[in-house]
Amino acid sequence: MSSSLLSRRLFPLSALAIAIGAASAPAGADMLNIGVQGELASFDTSQVSGGVWESQVLMDVYEGLVTQSPAGELLPGMATEWEISDDGTTYTFHLRDDAKWSDGEPVTAEDFVFGWQHLLKPENASKYAYMLYPVKNAEAVNTGEKPLDTLGVEATDDGKTFTVTLDHPTPYFLQLLTHYTAYPVPKHLVDEYGRDWVKLDHIATNGAFHPVDWVSQSRISVEKSSTYYDADEVSLDGVNYYTVEDRNAGISRFRAGELDVLSDYPSSRYQWLTENLPDATHMSPMLGSYYYVFNHRDGHPTTDARVREALNLVIRRNVLSQQIMAGSFKASTAMVPPGTSHYDAQQMDIGDDMDARLEKARTLLEDAGYGPDNPLNLRLRYNTSDEHKKIAIAVAAMWKPLGVNVQMINSEATVHYQTIAEGDFDVARAGWIADYNDAENFLTLLHTGVGNNYGAYSNEEYDALMDQAAQTLDLDDRQALLEQAENLALDDNAFAPMLTYVTRNLVNPNITGWEDNVEDDHPSRWVEFQD
Amino acid sequence: MLIYTLKRLLQAIPTLLIVITISFFLMRVAPGGPFDGERQLPPEIEANLMAAYHLDEPLPMQYLRYMGNLLQGDFGPSFKYKDFTVTELIAQGFPVSLEIGGLAILLALIVGLPLGIAAALKRNSTVDYVVMGTALTGIAVPNFVLAPIFALVFGVLLGWLPAGGWNGGALPNLVLPVVALSIQQIAYIARMMRASMIEVLGSHFIRTARAKGLSESEVIWRHAIRPALLPVMSYLGPAIAGIVTGSVVIEQIFGIPGIGRYFVQGALNRDYTLVMGTVVFYGILIVVMNLIVDLLYSALDPQIRYDD
Repeated sequence: MSSSLLSRRLFPLSALAIAIGAASAPAGADMLNIGVQGELASFDTSQVSGGVWESQVLMDVYEGLVTQSPAGELLPGMATEWEISDDGTTYTFHLRDDAKWSDGEPVTAEDFVFGWQHLLKPENASKYAYMLYPVKNAEAVNTGEKPLDTLGVEATDDGKTFTVTLDHPTPYFLQLLTHYTAYPVPKHLVDEYGRDWVKLDHIATNGAFHPVDWVSQSRISVEKSSTYYDADEVSLDGVNYYTVEDRNAGISRFRAGELDVLSDYPSSRYQWLTENLPDATHMSPMLGSYYYVFNHRDGHPTTDARVREALNLVIRRNVLSQQIMAGSFKASTAMVPPGTSHYDAQQMDIGDDMDARLEKARTLLEDAGYGPDNPLNLRLRYNTSDEHKKIAIAVAAMWKPLGVNVQMINSEATVHYQTIAEGDFDVARAGWIADYNDAENFLTLLHTGVGNNYGAYSNEEYDALMDQAAQTLDLDDRQALLEQAENLALDDNAFAPMLTYVTRNLVNPNITGWEDNVEDDHPSRWVEFQD
Repeated sequence: MLIYTLKRLLQAIPTLLIVITISFFLMRVAPGGPFDGERQLPPEIEANLMAAYHLDEPLPMQYLRYMGNLLQGDFGPSFKYKDFTVTELIAQGFPVSLEIGGLAILLALIVGLPLGIAAALKRNSTVDYVVMGTALTGIAVPNFVLAPIFALVFGVLLGWLPAGGWNGGALPNLVLPVVALSIQQIAYIARMMRASMIEVLGSHFIRTARAKGLSESEVIWRHAIRPALLPVMSYLGPAIAGIVTGSVVIEQIFGIPGIGRYFVQGALNRDYTLVMGTVVFYGILIVVMNLIVDLLYSALDPQIRYDD
């Protein structure tokens, strides 16, 4: 690929078209064009549906108490400094003096108090309200048991100090604050316009950019905010987020120079892209696990630990990663992915010698009472997608030599998750992308009674370790407890670890300030075109 | 004619009511709900959501509420695209779909009709074989194959046209989606026109016209084409309704903000209000288009009259 294709020099017709279409962007402006997989549900952060593409837009227009560097490290944001009490339950944030909304109004601690109450207000029915449950009384407020003003947040010192009281120490609390659920909401606009504050005529945001145009299903455009405290250091004049649902079409648009960044290109194109667009093709580890759930409810063959171990032993994860997924996933034998902060990646003890593993698996199944006369029949559910299908077929083929008959059932995502939540499966595909960079976010998936614990795994010892970790302030001690818990689940073959997600991005080689990171967060504030 | 039109419009009301009722209940019977997803919601949050959208009420109550709102022209809020109502989404997307679809149908008629007529007149000649062979290919190659090839060739390799995007409907952005959408229609229309033209040319009144000593061009232009258009007309009614309500494939590949995708995405997301909104809208369009076609029939065929 010649570099001219990737430069911002578009052919005359389309340049004209862009000038007509995005009237807000002055000619010659440094606009970053990002292709995202889906559309933002709302600029009201309490109404967001949870797609990764949504956080891309929101992190550019809003800023929380803390923010992130291109590499994903925490930096002061709306708060310049903070103190944490010795018992780890009180956080005091000091807001910067020059924090402003894009309409020029100051960002105050009241905006944070209001924003967090807004998120937890039952009538707002926010899907991600539970992210703030570590805050004192948050859950009770969200369920309507307690009034809004009992929430453990307080604005003092003329709106310059924001104090949060937590229910219990939460070591990852600062990490949580980068999530959009912890952003402030412009109270003065909600007071004035009610629900309509979010309409583009009214909205003001406190990030490096503010929204100026939204054509549903096509494009959201944001413009640099002159009121932003660090505006002098922001190089871009604005960003266009194009909804690109067909990811192959996205590659064409990237090659035609219409997009500078395309997030999540199809894994099947990885080889082709590395050969043809080597400078633009990015792939790096991500905080996401792809695993199979074993059903631990009564009446399923997977309640037998020997069966689970046998199934785990014969899955060839390197084959899945390299041959089936063409290198676009990493093999994994654990739940918590490498790169998780304050955590060492653990491993399932299964050995390297495939023959020995197969032999051991056969013996285990025989012991469990399965054999040629009584074959093990499994119902494997996955949600409809080419990738999931390929993996399911491969795994079924790997289990075949054990005499396992796999009945594969696929359904669209909505039905899939509802069905497995009801327990109607033996083995089911699932995945988890971290909400925040902490091992607890993954390990809670195996805690008794947690909604996303689809297999209904229940282990008292495991729960006790997790509960103890939740009360432990010392990060090293906490890490040891979490690692111990994960090893317990791995020894118990509680689930079948398979792959770690990777981030897949095509990035214009002429931009700087865009770095691969485990959370795949890329604030446009740092991005700069190299001329 | 006026009475006929009014009668047809009145008949449309029960039809639409049935369509709305069946869609409403079918949507609710489908497994899964609008808030089911990869992440299970804590029960209290799910309860908040259900209450906010009145999904905690008994089904008949929800139905009555929906019908009541509908009578006031309110399609309700989208469950998924929170900053827009369903009415806003349709109002924003329909003009786009109408533009792309309308241009595609126009192109299909301009190209397809002459091709079909030419093939019929030169039956079993090279012209006929070439036209029909191409038409068959046009029908056989689906637009989800054609569209990416267009984007690749004209957008990436040649760089003549944008590979995608809408840009407020700028001409360069229109070309590829309109052509990709029209190819299949051109093929259908050409084949249909050829078949009906051949049939008409073999009928008695054409023989009479020829016997009267009319020139061949007069026979064709004055007597043959009008009746031969009838089958194409009846195809066009539903086809236009279908095509101007958008094509999910074309919209996704070229990144066009039409309403075609709402049918599919609304259903997959269990976005009840969005699905209902598009169904009602599509239903009305079908009824209206069929009526227009029937009225045009009488203009083309003197045997059809709606006086009584």
